[in-house]
Amino acid sequence: MSQKTDVRQGTLALMVLKTLDVLGPLHGYGLARRIEQISGDLLSVNQGTLYPVLLKLEQEGAIASEWGASENNRRARFYRLTRDGRKQLQAETQDWQQTEAIIGRFFELKPEDLP
Amino acid sequence: MRSLKRFLERFRNFAIRRNDERLREEIDHHLALQTAENIRAGLSPAKARRQAKLKFGGVEAMKEEYRAERGLRLIETLAQDVRYALRMLRKSPGFAAIAILTLALGIGANTALFTVVNAVLLNPLPYPHASRLAAIYGTTPGVIHGPITYLNFLDWQRDTRTFSSIAMYRNQDYNLTGRGEAERVSGYMISAGFFSTLGVRPVLGRAFRADDDRVGAAPVVILGGGFWQREFGAAPGIVGKSLVLNGVSYTVAGVIPPSFTFYGQLRDVYTPIGQWNDPSFLDRRIDMSAHAVGRLKSGVTLAQAQADMDGVARNLAAAYPEADKDAGITLVSMKRDMVGNVEPFLLVLLGAVGFLLLIACANVANLLLARSMGRSREFAVRAALGASYARVIRQLLTESILLAGLGGALGLLLAYGGTKAVLDTLPGALPRANEVSLDWRVLLFTLGASLFAGILFGLAPALKTSRVNLQEVLNESGRGSSGARHRLQGVFAAAEVAMALVLLTGAGLMVRSLAALWRVNPGFNPSHAITFDLSLPDSAEATSAGTRARLRLFDQKMRDIPGVEAVSVTLGSRPMIHDSSLPFWIDGQPKPATMQDMHQAMFYLAEAGFQKAMGVTLERGRFISPQDDEHAPVVIDIDGVFARTYFPHENPIGRHIHLALFNVEPEIVGVVGHVKQWGLDADPKSAIEAQFEYPFMQLPEKLMPLAADAVAVVLRTKGDPTAVMDSVRRAVNEIDPREVVYAVQTMDEVVANSFAARRFSMILLGIFAALALVLSCVGIYGVISYLVGQRTHEIGVRMALGAQQRDVMRLVLGHGAKMALVGVAIGIAAALGLTRLMARELFGVSAHDPLTFAGVAFVLIAVALVASYIPARRAMRVDPVIALRCE
Repeated sequence: MSQKTDVRQGTLALMVLKTLDVLGPLHGYGLARRIEQISGDLLSVNQGTLYPVLLKLEQEGAIASEWGASENNRRARFYRLTRDGRKQLQAETQDWQQTEAIIGRFFELKPEDLP
Repeated sequence: MRSLKRFLERFRNFAIRRNDERLREEIDHHLALQTAENIRAGLSPAKARRQAKLKFGGVEAMKEEYRAERGLRLIETLAQDVRYALRMLRKSPGFAAIAILTLALGIGANTALFTVVNAVLLNPLPYPHASRLAAIYGTTPGVIHGPITYLNFLDWQRDTRTFSSIAMYRNQDYNLTGRGEAERVSGYMISAGFFSTLGVRPVLGRAFRADDDRVGAAPVVILGGGFWQREFGAAPGIVGKSLVLNGVSYTVAGVIPPSFTFYGQLRDVYTPIGQWNDPSFLDRRIDMSAHAVGRLKSGVTLAQAQADMDGVARNLAAAYPEADKDAGITLVSMKRDMVGNVEPFLLVLLGAVGFLLLIACANVANLLLARSMGRSREFAVRAALGASYARVIRQLLTESILLAGLGGALGLLLAYGGTKAVLDTLPGALPRANEVSLDWRVLLFTLGASLFAGILFGLAPALKTSRVNLQEVLNESGRGSSGARHRLQGVFAAAEVAMALVLLTGAGLMVRSLAALWRVNPGFNPSHAITFDLSLPDSAEATSAGTRARLRLFDQKMRDIPGVEAVSVTLGSRPMIHDSSLPFWIDGQPKPATMQDMHQAMFYLAEAGFQKAMGVTLERGRFISPQDDEHAPVVIDIDGVFARTYFPHENPIGRHIHLALFNVEPEIVGVVGHVKQWGLDADPKSAIEAQFEYPFMQLPEKLMPLAADAVAVVLRTKGDPTAVMDSVRRAVNEIDPREVVYAVQTMDEVVANSFAARRFSMILLGIFAALALVLSCVGIYGVISYLVGQRTHEIGVRMALGAQQRDVMRLVLGHGAKMALVGVAIGIAAALGLTRLMARELFGVSAHDPLTFAGVAFVLIAVALVASYIPARRAMRVDPVIALRCE
């Protein structure tokens, strides 16, 4: 069985934003399950750790929440991306891609490439 | 931007106290959905729920993180710390009570004294731009801060370049008649610019103008606000009405605010000094007890003004050599004039009270240290549960600051009550006492003092206790690193003893000063002697003969009162009340060219009964007798100093002197004892000491009118002097209901008041020293007590090995004695340095007086031994078996 890796809070926030961006408004449980699925079960995030992250994002203004009815007909809190959140997502995506590019060059390094 | 949003959200959460409800709902919802899915996957409901929870993770930890994210961490943990601290204090009420009381005493005393220092020394005087006000004194050889004369004043006004305005004033009381019973009102004669110089505007009417302030102008009067309220019920139509003062009708020109004080005093009426048509007043040479103040021009320093006025004085000396040859001008800033002489002793007291606070802090630190040692297990457990070192320190500091805060609040109350009490019981001891009140600066000071105290005594124990070895403490062997802590406690206790010694020494020196003062022979007998002023109504018999007749009638009436042994009317000097001097030269020596060149002597106008009433002693010759009246040759009695100074090797009896201004040549018929005119502690080199007594009835004709207006009286009684005053007043009323008796003082009071300031500081220092003694006693008791508790095991071992009870007693007492001795040694060293600062306040005892030092050291060691004795007895009774068993 592959090692499940822990993830830092910052990246978890990014995952939340991207998931909401693609899949639209979700409640807490739904978000946790989707992230699980998307990461292909490679992450061992305790589902509970999601909630402090959601609060932080909400207080920063990146996501907004409101009550709605969920599939089991109970009251649930649904989160959606805000315009600020979309901008934040774009900025961080750019950062990641840049980092990825730079690191990638290092990983492709072979001893012959250097003078 | 985002973090600002976060902060604002958090603040909002804190403000509206958002709780966990929303989170709980979400968690429930999450778990419900996960459980449902698990059931769909085939698990049993119970297992489904359990799996859901496992997948969710640790709820409590997550909740903590959630709350941390949500709330203002700082304030919430602070609130938590405070609640915890309160709980801990409630659990040990005895400790809390002692600690809070100790701090309240220290902080309260500091606050009280700072209130006084603030009001008296720091606050500006209650006039606009008060820093520009200066008192203007006339200086002559031997008198630096003397009165001024009117003609000189006018010239100064004209010639000064550095004052924007100067004003003159003179004490003058009046008989108010025509409104029911005759009443004595207090007043000032003032020049026109007096109120404008001080920056005071009338509340009604106007101030004096230049044309009011000259001879022949219509008499006008300005009322003091308090007088206007009392006498006229604050009637708004008072301007223009008239008042009869000393038989003359004055029109009311204006009223000034009731809150106006001048040199801390209120006056009922103000009249224009320029209208006074008295030849002595208009003589440039004659001192009529008038003074001046001035307002400096903006930007001018006192030094510049002094240089300017020195020049003005020089010009006047050249222009009027007879009057002003050696006359100078001395400027003193008005504030310094009012408070300068109490500044050093207030600062000494401030230092003393600072010491007290340090002692209080040391005591509470000791208490906290002792207590915290018992809490080491608590800290170990908290550390095991994850509390960081910083968090524990913060918790301890919060406790200390809370204690200090409570102590400070109580101290503030004590300060308020205490200040009022002290100022009420010792009026007049302090200038500007009427301005003393708690203001925001004082509150800020108390807050600062509390914080300082809290951090000071909280830090040491906090730092010591939080570095705890988990293993060792949890294993219940409590003796680990306590050696260092014991030393610290011992150091605190010794420091307390040192500071108590300093305070006690200071108080002891003051007590001895006062005792020495009381023993000084005042040169007269103040007990059973009483003095008062008598104002005589204006009447047709203002001739010299008429005045003499009235005074003789008065004497007779007084002598008829049972209990009165002697009586004399008097004018001129009265010890510690009033001083007058006259220039003279000895007959047979050449007459000096100007009055400035003549010798000066204090004079007392005395009737035959004066010497008996005052209890003056006779050295040679005879006293003034009733035969020395207006028909007999003029005679005087001189005092011992006069005789020794001017007739050093010869008998003065029979010699004559020439008195200027009186223009007589009296014969010396007796030498009497010297009277301490300037107070029991006055420096004899700084003032005129030669004195003579002059028969009242032989006052020259042209000066007799001075006595027509008001005289002073001295009486000797057989019993209590104040009991006689009723009869005196009745007798005076029988002579003439318009005569008024006022300013009654027993001579004992006069003498006591002359060192009221010293008494004040002695009482204060004494209180502080007593407090310090109590606190260090408690401190030593606490330390030794704790020591005994800690070393019970060791004592048990010693006893088991053969130590006797008295050996144990000696061990414990020895510990206490060692602390006390160290403290005393340090204290003596400190006191030797510090008492020099109060040397000026001492009298008859040196700042390094060995008797006082030794006595205080002895008292402290004795007290320390007593404080150690009780725990020592406890140690003595230790049962070795039990001691050895308990760890």
